[in-house]
Amino acid sequence: MQAHLSATDLACRRGERLLFSGLSLSLEAGEALHVTGANGVGKTSLMRILAGLSRPFAGSVDSTGSIAVLDERLALDMDHTLRDALAFWERLDGSKESQELRTTLGLTPLLDIPVRYLSTGQRKRAGLARMIGQGADIWLLDEPLNGLDTDAQASVAGLIAAHRAQGGICVIASHQPTGLDIPQLALEPLR
Amino acid sequence: MNAFWTLLRRDLGLLLPGGSRGGALLPLVFFLAVAMLYPFAVGPEPALLARTGGGVLWIAALLAAILPLDRLVKDDLESGVFDQFALRGIAEESAMAARLLAHWLAFAPLLLLACLPAAALLGLSGDSLRQVVLGLLAGTPGLAAIGLMVSAVMASLRAGTALAGLLLLPLAAPVLIFGAGAISRPDSAGLALAGAISLALCALAPFAAGAAIRAAREN
Repeated sequence: MQAHLSATDLACRRGERLLFSGLSLSLEAGEALHVTGANGVGKTSLMRILAGLSRPFAGSVDSTGSIAVLDERLALDMDHTLRDALAFWERLDGSKESQELRTTLGLTPLLDIPVRYLSTGQRKRAGLARMIGQGADIWLLDEPLNGLDTDAQASVAGLIAAHRAQGGICVIASHQPTGLDIPQLALEPLR
Repeated sequence: MNAFWTLLRRDLGLLLPGGSRGGALLPLVFFLAVAMLYPFAVGPEPALLARTGGGVLWIAALLAAILPLDRLVKDDLESGVFDQFALRGIAEESAMAARLLAHWLAFAPLLLLACLPAAALLGLSGDSLRQVVLGLLAGTPGLAAIGLMVSAVMASLRAGTALAGLLLLPLAAPVLIFGAGAISRPDSAGLALAGAISLALCALAPFAAGAAIRAAREN
């Protein structure tokens, strides 16, 4: 099965405001896209629509393959240790705990620390571990580089490259440069 | 089905006393405190306490059921857990069914046990105690179901526990009427009706709560 993600003539409305309209995109296996744009232009809304978590005001989304989402909400239990918090999702996804992934993301020394005590960057890396552990074909990453140091940014770039090499699709919404050589889609505010 | 047990295991780990979310013993402490204070308020006359004690235990149980509602659904909604379930094709309904079971297990068995010391404090007869325990056994699943629905509807609102209580109490009136009514009735009709209402509420709750979570997502 080849992963595929496309959207046709998407429009998104928040309250009375139209954020974007007539937006189309199409990604095949191994492709990636960087969605850029100023704050409030609708990047997060677009990601939620692509994930199927909210309905577009107009247009349609078509996808083949499982979808994983990472946004600013970790979905990890704050009171649990990082190990236990990740273990829940591993049980749910039927995936094995991957020492390699945890080492790459520098999480190994943090496993016994409750999630609430992790720093912003550490939390982001924990969220990445949860998202990647899902083993989905399509990654939707909303601001995946926020709070990450340069080393961690490099490992994320490596993980994304490996994912694409295996036929995965990756959409990154970020206002900052990703450092990856991928096409960009700039969201412009509507007047 | 496998996912359901994984969800239930997590919910129990969060909600049961000693679980990581904490505060699971509050309903129990509240329940016992009411039983302890009631004789101070109305006086120690044994006949009066024995006649009204059962009803007081019911009111205490009803109010205690409000205490855990604040964070029952809200935390997971805010941390995006339900979105992650949706991505994995896990229906909100099954997540809510697991939550309902875990919620009931976290507060009801303790309250049933606490009826023993509470009955001793109020000087209830063995018969009354039996009716109270059976009534709560029949009624608490209904209270848990109402609590879950209220909690899911409230999760996306900026309102506190007090509003959850206001919403829960009128909905709980039928359970209270038949459950507590069973104390003064020799037959088991009241218990059966309380149990029937509970079952209907438990069947409804996962769907209503699931719909509330989906509605919150659209915001």
